[in-house]
Amino acid sequence: MPIMIRVENLVKTYGKTVACNRLNCRFEGQKVTVILGGSGSGKTTLLRQLTGLERPDSGSVFFDGLDLTRASRKMLFEKRKKMGMLFQGSALFNDLNVFENIAFPLREHTKIADSVIKNIVTMKLEMVGLRGTEHLMPSQLSGGMMKRVGLARAIVMDPKVIFYDEPTSGLDPISTGVIGKLIRDLNTKLDITSVVVSHDIAASFRIADKIIILFYGEIIAQGSVDEIENSTDERVRQFVTGSPEGPIPFARTDTSYLDALLDGPDDKKGDHL
Amino acid sequence: MTLDVAAAVGRVTLTWVQMLGRSGVFLCLAVFQAFVPPLRTSRLIRELEIIGSNSFLIVLVTALFTGMVLALQGYYTLTQFGAEALLGSAVALSIIRELGPVLCALMVTGRAGSAMAAQIGIMKITDQFPALEMMAIDPVKYVISPKIIAGIISLPLLTAFFDVVGIMGGYLVGVQLLGVNQGAYFGKMIASVTFADIYGGVIKSLSFGLLITWISCFMGFMARPTTEGVSQATTRAVVVTSVSILVVDYILTSLLL
Repeated sequence: MPIMIRVENLVKTYGKTVACNRLNCRFEGQKVTVILGGSGSGKTTLLRQLTGLERPDSGSVFFDGLDLTRASRKMLFEKRKKMGMLFQGSALFNDLNVFENIAFPLREHTKIADSVIKNIVTMKLEMVGLRGTEHLMPSQLSGGMMKRVGLARAIVMDPKVIFYDEPTSGLDPISTGVIGKLIRDLNTKLDITSVVVSHDIAASFRIADKIIILFYGEIIAQGSVDEIENSTDERVRQFVTGSPEGPIPFARTDTSYLDALLDGPDDKKGDHL
Repeated sequence: MTLDVAAAVGRVTLTWVQMLGRSGVFLCLAVFQAFVPPLRTSRLIRELEIIGSNSFLIVLVTALFTGMVLALQGYYTLTQFGAEALLGSAVALSIIRELGPVLCALMVTGRAGSAMAAQIGIMKITDQFPALEMMAIDPVKYVISPKIIAGIISLPLLTAFFDVVGIMGGYLVGVQLLGVNQGAYFGKMIASVTFADIYGGVIKSLSFGLLITWISCFMGFMARPTTEGVSQATTRAVVVTSVSILVVDYILTSLLL
């Protein structure tokens, strides 16, 4: 399989926080790759670098042969036409109805006749199982439906790669199952490469061809579902089983608890936000 | 202690200079993008509707009562000198030169400026800007530029409307209610209002149109991505815009006189 996205020595810091620490990974074409990690592990940051929404401090992201980190805005926009993205909150335009939301990229980038646009939108809505909701406004949709409309919009330009930011967070188990099945279906039916950022272990294991586990900005494991499940790394084991006990600490401070209690109130020490 | 004060002053100044620089870059980008094809006429027309035509009613009411109260106050003052015949020119000059552009701009700030800041802030919270980016559409070009152009087009038109309605309001109270001679009201008005007065009003309203959309959009754009951030941005948009209108009004008046 050809490599669709290649990440080399990617570094991104926010102040003192290192969100991505020398990441190296590859995303194969026509496969579903899931980036797993806890909150603050840098997985959303990585996703933003992969799509060129943010530029890293150093390192490269090659998308379809182009280094996004050094590309001009025009070249980046050209590549973006081959990308689709499902945002965590769906990011639907709230002043447009479902039909116009999905038709939006077509109207912006193509000169396709209205009758054809209607057919394309109907087909995409059928794919996500929401045909008949064209006239509804985003505010009238449930969370799960919004994600599916967002997905229909993401695939309307027939992209090569779709990025999913936490596609199942905040959804009920059935909606989670539906979204998971859709990701898998799109991948097999349309040969789309999928990059999924998630912390949902069960849902991820069902859909992934490859899993990358991030821990405080570093990749601690990558491989097939089997390889991850049978990993002997304690951090991976703890993350997969969701255990509160293990090498991944629950508390995030690096100062001693006793010192903090004995020091008494001190405004300047609370400056770590 | 003194060092602390100096540091605080420095910090505040730096923040402001930074904001000013950012807003300048923001404006340049938005204006530049407005003229890069493809031109977004449909977006512009939509914004003209929101900023311009939807503000008609509030401008009408404000103008009517401003003209009416001006006539009332003017009549009271002018009769003391036996100069009530000058009422027409007093009303027209104060409205065309000053009150028309300023009050109209303040009304549009309250109505459209706040809505603009809130809309942009909410788009930011709900990831609609990165969504546009991901669809290979420049958010500044798509969202901000049409608003700024619409502001520059709408304000002079609304101000002209304000001027006419205001003068008619003055006519209603001055001529119909208080019995000033109709010929004197309009005759003195035509004699005293020069082209420079109207020109000055247009310059002001153009500047305010830019100012309102620029500051409101910028405040929305800079909003922290929280509910509190959006509400603060909305408030800040109205306050900063209103104060700027009054300051810029003074500067423009002194330059135009």
